[in-house]
Amino acid sequence: MELIETKTNNKVLASKQIVSEASSILRVKDLNVFAGHHHILKNVELEIPRNKITVLIGPSGCGKTTLLKCINKLTDLYKELKVSGSIFIDKDDILNTDTNIPALRQKMGLLSQRPYPLPVSIYKNVAYGLKLKGVRDKKLIDFSVEKHLREVGLWEEVKNRLNSPATRLSIGQQQRLCLARGLAVKPSIILADEPTSSLDPISSKIIENLFKDLTKHYTIILVTHVLRQAIRLADHVIFMNDGEIIEQGSPEILFKSPKTEQLRAYLVDGN
Amino acid sequence: MQIRRIFLDKVNGFWMVFSMITILIIPFIIGVGLYLKAAPLFENQSLLKLIFSSSWAPSTGEFGFWPFITGSLYVTLLSFLFTAPVCLFAAIYLTQFSSPGLIRVMHPVIDVLAGLPSVIYGVWGILVIVPFVSDYAAPFFGTSSSGYSVLSGGIVLAVMCIPYTLNMLIEVFNTVPNGLKEASLSLGATMWESVKHVVIRGNYPGIISAYGLGIAKAFGETIAVMMVVGNMVNTSGNPFEAAYPLPALIANNYGEMLSIPMYNAALMFAAFLLFIIILMINLFFRYLIHKTKRQ
Ligand SMILES: Nc1ncnc2c1ncn2[C@@H]1O[C@H](COP(=O)(O)OP(=O)(O)OP(=O)(O)O)[C@@H](O)[C@H]1O
Ligand SMILES: [Mg+2]
Repeated sequence: MELIETKTNNKVLASKQIVSEASSILRVKDLNVFAGHHHILKNVELEIPRNKITVLIGPSGCGKTTLLKCINKLTDLYKELKVSGSIFIDKDDILNTDTNIPALRQKMGLLSQRPYPLPVSIYKNVAYGLKLKGVRDKKLIDFSVEKHLREVGLWEEVKNRLNSPATRLSIGQQQRLCLARGLAVKPSIILADEPTSSLDPISSKIIENLFKDLTKHYTIILVTHVLRQAIRLADHVIFMNDGEIIEQGSPEILFKSPKTEQLRAYLVDGN
Repeated sequence: MQIRRIFLDKVNGFWMVFSMITILIIPFIIGVGLYLKAAPLFENQSLLKLIFSSSWAPSTGEFGFWPFITGSLYVTLLSFLFTAPVCLFAAIYLTQFSSPGLIRVMHPVIDVLAGLPSVIYGVWGILVIVPFVSDYAAPFFGTSSSGYSVLSGGIVLAVMCIPYTLNMLIEVFNTVPNGLKEASLSLGATMWESVKHVVIRGNYPGIISAYGLGIAKAFGETIAVMMVVGNMVNTSGNPFEAAYPLPALIANNYGEMLSIPMYNAALMFAAFLLFIIILMINLFFRYLIHKTKRQ
């Protein structure tokens, strides 16, 4: 509990800023997702503040991953999912438009629960998004690959084997590679789905610290089951249960004085 | 109790090794058997002449197998040209784009096609493909044909092999985790780009082995091809003319014409050739898989 205390004191200022700035980059309205008769997301309404870390918590199976998939339209991949409602990114309703979905997805980097390196070399993994964007200049790509591999602290480890298959890296290295390749397309939002769940404490620390730095340029939505991590990183917290948003707001309010019994129970069990 | 467990462990271990050795030995026994049966043929003719000579006159003791080898290869190649793209795109569509409902409908259809005996494909070939080739395909290319031709053989063989190759490709593509496709899409790839990079490139070894098994199966297929290919010794290379594949030669003549000396040995040699070529096809594809896996 001490952890929360110290953190919250520091955070009071920050949260006031959120309220006063009130600049949200992403707004979800009336989002519903069905798989057959299974109502996975129920009337979800939420706002994601710009250049902040929003932490999404909730029990397993409550629909966190599904929510992330709606946000970058990966739900298209699953024909059995019926999605309705709206998701606004800077005024554009991305759910109800057909305009250039690949470009839209490039605005969002995805870091999944398990790393999925593409079946090509380390270099090509990072260059993949750039090439899709139409970048052909070899020098520019080289530069970008090195920059982003450095950014995630992987450069020194892989600089001598950029052309070997990415699948030969350790899981922790793969996860950092996936982050680097996501950053290379210059997204404005990073969707991270339990990005540290398969990592050792040191790699987790690297990713966490990186996330803190990244908020200068990026908005981060982070799903995590690790409450301590949520407390360390959150600027804004959303708590879900069974497909519904139960509470959302600043971490000091949610973590210190939860309004609902559900969140209180979740926090107690989590600690 | 403990003794019983250890005993069972040993017994099962023995059966596994025994089964494996049996499976390993059978092809070897067949190969050696065929070779020994064909051996009398080598007394008056060299191996090279047997393989590369085109003159086939059993009554005068001339056995040149070249037309049969090329006939087999030609029909197989044609069928592969038809099967490979169709199966690839159908498998991609079924596993990546179609609704789960369509796959549920397609699976039994494919299984029925795979399970049909080849004589049915042969009859279908005679009723549909042969007239099609003689009445439409050949005139379209400004030539004439009886319809009993390499082309008909290739088409019938392709239709036979499609369910087989398709099933294997579907298995291969189903192993691609959704997370990988999601990763590619989220980096800004279109669905087709993701399929190209993740589903196809990432599965070269699997695709190659599906094709390899399909070709080996096509090469040895007998009845259906024999019914539509014309069965005449011919090396013209014209797909509208007849050919005589190795399996058809054996099936048509084995047990007959025993009056001709060496004929039996010649048929055994044909079987031996078939055996060796299928072995070579398999080794070649193994090698390709090995090479692509290392990259
Ligand atoms: N494609 C799908 N078809 C059917 N049901 C699905 C599909 N995807 C998700 N679901 C269901 O939706 C619910 C929410 O799943 P989701 O993966 O979003 O949970 P989660 O909150 O991310 O859980 P976890 O913390 O364990 O990752 C689950 O009950 C799951 O079974
Ligand atoms: Mg999840």
